[in-house]
Amino acid sequence: MVKVCQSTIIEAPVDEVWAILRDFNGHDRWHPAIAFSEIEGGEPVDAVGAVRHFRLNDGGELREQLLALSDKDRRLSYCLLEAPLPLMGYVASIRLKPVTDGNATFWEWRSEFQPPAHCRDELVRLVTEGIYQAGFAAVRNLLKRRSVGSPVETRPPQAIVAPPPPIDMPHAAPRTAPGRTATTRAIVVERYGGPEELRLRDIELPPLASNEVRIRHTVIGVNFIDVYCRTGFFDLLKPPGVPGMEAAGIIEAVGPAVSGFSAGDRVAYACPPVGAYSERRNMAPELLVHLSDDITDEIAAAGLLKGVSASFLLHDVHAVKPGEIVLIHAAAGGIGQLLVQWARHLGATVIATVSSDDKARVVERLGADHVIVYSRENFGDAVMRLTGGRGADVAYDAVGNDTFAGSLAALAVRGHLVSFGQASGPVGNWDIGRFASKSLTISRPNYAHFTDTPEKLAPHVARFFQALRQGVVRIEAPTRYDLANAADAHRDLESRRTTGALVLMPKP
Amino acid sequence: MTKVYVSSVIPAPAAEVWKLVRNFNALPSWAPFVAESRIEQNAQADQIGCIRSFTLKDGGRIRERLLALSDYDLSCSYAILESPMAVENYVATLSLTPITDGNLTLAEWQAEFDCAADREAALMHQIGNGIFQTALGALKHRFGR
Repeated sequence: MVKVCQSTIIEAPVDEVWAILRDFNGHDRWHPAIAFSEIEGGEPVDAVGAVRHFRLNDGGELREQLLALSDKDRRLSYCLLEAPLPLMGYVASIRLKPVTDGNATFWEWRSEFQPPAHCRDELVRLVTEGIYQAGFAAVRNLLKRRSVGSPVETRPPQAIVAPPPPIDMPHAAPRTAPGRTATTRAIVVERYGGPEELRLRDIELPPLASNEVRIRHTVIGVNFIDVYCRTGFFDLLKPPGVPGMEAAGIIEAVGPAVSGFSAGDRVAYACPPVGAYSERRNMAPELLVHLSDDITDEIAAAGLLKGVSASFLLHDVHAVKPGEIVLIHAAAGGIGQLLVQWARHLGATVIATVSSDDKARVVERLGADHVIVYSRENFGDAVMRLTGGRGADVAYDAVGNDTFAGSLAALAVRGHLVSFGQASGPVGNWDIGRFASKSLTISRPNYAHFTDTPEKLAPHVARFFQALRQGVVRIEAPTRYDLANAADAHRDLESRRTTGALVLMPKP
Repeated sequence: MTKVYVSSVIPAPAAEVWKLVRNFNALPSWAPFVAESRIEQNAQADQIGCIRSFTLKDGGRIRERLLALSDYDLSCSYAILESPMAVENYVATLSLTPITDGNLTLAEWQAEFDCAADREAALMHQIGNGIFQTALGALKHRFGR
């Protein structure tokens, strides 16, 4: 039996470090050796007995079981069930202690195992340096990146199990006094145009109709569809109007004809009519979704529209089957990240395209089998090379003008192009006769047609929340903007600088 | 039962720090508020059960009994027999843990005791900050390079 013990000091509060380490499925977000991890059978990440199944960057697959976890002592232990190396009888434990003068954390990582004699030294060195010391450095880096506010890799490990953010407002605000018009701060588009048309105004909040609820937004989602509303590409918004189709918040007041919702309920929505870019709004409750305690407002606002979209894109528009080859463009974006994770889970081989090496790293860590940086390489050629000339069974393309022709070229015979956006501009006119050369199918789904009734929407919401809970998809902490800075959010989204989701915060 | 916990990173290997702190009679040599100390009845300073009797620089007198000492765990525990602090059932443990990354030492000092409810906050502050953290700070300074 050999014993390995490594310890270090991390310059961060102990609770912050513990929040990272206690997520038994979160190690793929910080440990450089790990490409992808999931908890088997959808167990909670902190359930004793849960098994994490993960893949190393070199392709090796391991399974480890959580044996004990104590939030009081900030320690956990686990054992190896299956590994590509003979780390026999490997049991490890991690414990943290606060350093009370200053704000640092002592972190000890120890293990025991019985290696075969001939590779004993090699395995001890691998565990000591390759796992423990590398892990120390990686968590240090993660915390450093977080503290400088980079949007990349900042999803907190307990993103979906964290309690909702503290609510500092009364649950039920008094109704507006009669005779006085209520107002709310909102982003108003006076005319179609660029991001500069997004201006903060005080607007009137009409009296609550009997079949409406009033919602105080806590977090507002930003989506490309909002850009199309702002520019007039879609006529969902008629100027002057308030854009936005996604938000989470708290119900402040309920009309007398409404049932199923009460003041104080946590809710989210991802649907027309537009109007989410505001502090408060009135809304018919048909498409509101109740939020359970394990889904934070931030994750709901950052993920609901994208998650529902991913659900119908992968299950209805094209039902992805195990073994299919799926091409996903803009894979580091908000919806791209969901598509990559979910398509992988469905058993597909995922080929992802991104515009930069930084984004490639993000997507690799989500489990994409192949990542193509299309600014450096013709992605159509790359897909053919990666698939031995066969091509992809389905391509998910929200980029539009820049990628449409390439996506057609990258498809297999009887392939399916799902065009669900035009971030780089409309795709123009195409002669469908050319599609016969490979018997291609084209879809152009419209979000509303899959989500505009409770009956259509509910299965997607349920499926998305279930995927979140089971760790099938994870959503990194979104990049936040003050509501007043909605124009900056649109500029960043359109410039392709961002990864992951963007949200607006009504209360800075 | 009230609990106090403090810790500090000492810039020296644990074995070196332990050589100093394992001596139950050595407080005057590193704890800045201790004037002098002796072990009662000519006992050895590492004999379980021995009693140290020491005076603080402010004149207070304290008697403590060594309850446990481990050269394997680098830790020692003791109980207060007499002190001016009005605490009961006071047991404290000072322990060291090697930090492999940089050859440093985590020093932890914790205590449990009973006291009157209205004195709890003041005692926690006095023991935690005034005594333990101050002494660890001195230890840190002593090994500072």
